[in-house]
Amino acid sequence: MIRIALKMLFGDRGKYLGIVTGIALASVLMIQQPGIMISIFSRTYSFITDIGLPDIWVMDPMVKYFDDSQPLLDTALYRVRGVQGVQWAVPLYKGGQRLRLADGQLVSAVMLGLDDATLIGGPGEMLQGRLADLRLPDAVIVDQAGATGRLARPAATAGGKPVPLKVGDLLEINDQRAVVVGIARATATFQSQPIIYTTYTRATSYALAERKLLSYVLVKVKPGESASSVAQRIAHDTGLAARSADEFKRMTLRYFIDNTSILTNFGFVVVVGFIVGAAVTGQIFYNFTLDNLRYFGVFKAMGATDRMLRAMILVQALLVGFVGFGLGAGVTAIFAAATRGGTGLSMTLDWQLLVGSAVVVGIIVLFAALISLRRVKQLEPAEVFKS
Amino acid sequence: MAAAPTLAVHCSGVMKAYGSGEARVHALRGIDLEVRAGELLMLVGPSGCGKTTLISVIAGILDQDEGECVLFGQDVRRLAKNERVVYRGRNVGFVFQAFNLIPTLSAAENAAIPLLINGMAMEQALARSVQALRSVGLEGREHSLPGQLSGGQQQRVAIARAVVHSPRLVVCDEPTSALDAETGKRVLEVVKSVAVGPDRALVIVTHDARIFEFADRIAHMDDGRIVGIDHNH
Repeated sequence: MIRIALKMLFGDRGKYLGIVTGIALASVLMIQQPGIMISIFSRTYSFITDIGLPDIWVMDPMVKYFDDSQPLLDTALYRVRGVQGVQWAVPLYKGGQRLRLADGQLVSAVMLGLDDATLIGGPGEMLQGRLADLRLPDAVIVDQAGATGRLARPAATAGGKPVPLKVGDLLEINDQRAVVVGIARATATFQSQPIIYTTYTRATSYALAERKLLSYVLVKVKPGESASSVAQRIAHDTGLAARSADEFKRMTLRYFIDNTSILTNFGFVVVVGFIVGAAVTGQIFYNFTLDNLRYFGVFKAMGATDRMLRAMILVQALLVGFVGFGLGAGVTAIFAAATRGGTGLSMTLDWQLLVGSAVVVGIIVLFAALISLRRVKQLEPAEVFKS
Repeated sequence: MAAAPTLAVHCSGVMKAYGSGEARVHALRGIDLEVRAGELLMLVGPSGCGKTTLISVIAGILDQDEGECVLFGQDVRRLAKNERVVYRGRNVGFVFQAFNLIPTLSAAENAAIPLLINGMAMEQALARSVQALRSVGLEGREHSLPGQLSGGQQQRVAIARAVVHSPRLVVCDEPTSALDAETGKRVLEVVKSVAVGPDRALVIVTHDARIFEFADRIAHMDDGRIVGIDHNH
């Protein structure tokens, strides 16, 4: 009878496609909106994600989130290096700068100043040039989104496409010359500003107006040492705050959740998406069962047990749920791939989100199947004699 | 070995009412009826006289309020719910006024449904249903969908479905009402030839006087009672 159930489902192609499309759309709603929300939240700590090498971030105790860096005295670096259990400690400058483009336009950007000797904190993937070229005079590396977006040269002709920055192009930062020596891939930031990488020393010369320039000290602990105990030691010995990368990410995320309406707004959209998805999916499948109610009545009269009918409806529900979710997840994956790497709208599609939404779609179709089953169970077989 | 019962159906004092209070309607008011094995019994009477309620009780798909209805020696109401469903699946075949064929299944698949319900494998069931379709004159239409068949052909598929598992009782509700006179007679000839046998019986509810000639006996009903029985022979 399972084959009969499947034939009933596939036989009416229009109806079958309608059900599957409905569930696919509901799945898109349920995967895409949380995916966009996760993507936006993950941008709040994208710098911490990209700078993956250090175990501990040392900062001013007043820092609430990554962009809230409070300048430290340069001596903080040496004090941290002196703490027991620290294998190495390097400085990191993070600040906002205004860049003048070739056409005279001013653009705000985030500048990261990396340790001159090790270049720790640099981008993980170079698309053009080499990271080591940062040691060349006036050298800077620009992130790809910035190079193709806000920092791109204006089109040569009106209405033409802007020309992306490339290795060898010149920029002007605080009246000082900067030469692009590389283009790197970086995770998009929350403010969607271009990212300029340079050495710590050069960053301090670009940022002339600031007295204290050390934003963070990045620390690697010695093998065999626990990161948390070294962090406690740094905090005790220096009076600074020392946090693991995960702790710093959580702190940054918590700040944005508490101080912006992103969670409320997106949470509302996610909940609406869930309700609409559940209602559409449930209604479509229930209608399918109602359309076939007469035939389920015939099966009942002919001796089909409740167990047999239950199996038929559950198989139909799970199959349309599986196919519909697969299509929805596929469409969403294409959307995620198409928007990856840009500074505009993008979404994060991780396995946890897929599994979670699959479970939700599964629960919805099973719920719809249960309502349908209840209707079939209530059906008196004698009703089949009513024409 | 016990002899086969000569009575296919034995109803005594069967009463059935719907609704409650002032809206209560008595559909059956003490029915006493016997259907013998090997006979075709027709139930006739005006609309609303209780014919369909009576065949529902006889077929075991509706419980009477009072009285007894025994099918081939088995009081179906005394069986547990699941046992009753299984008993019905093995021993009763149905033909409906509106055919009730599944539109997305072929004629052979539609006719195979009772066998599948009784646990037969698909291939075997399809082979049997093709034979049943041949017996009702539908050779070569096994793969046709109901929408590709005429009304008479659809009713013959329904008859093949009703008899494919060799049930001992076939009940038909107005099987010719949607058919023209000639087709109706042909359908009756077919259903009588395949559903009536020495230990099998056929009960037909009908308004259609054109097919009365096929009945062995005709039970006249009015206001929930059997008011007379005619013998055709």
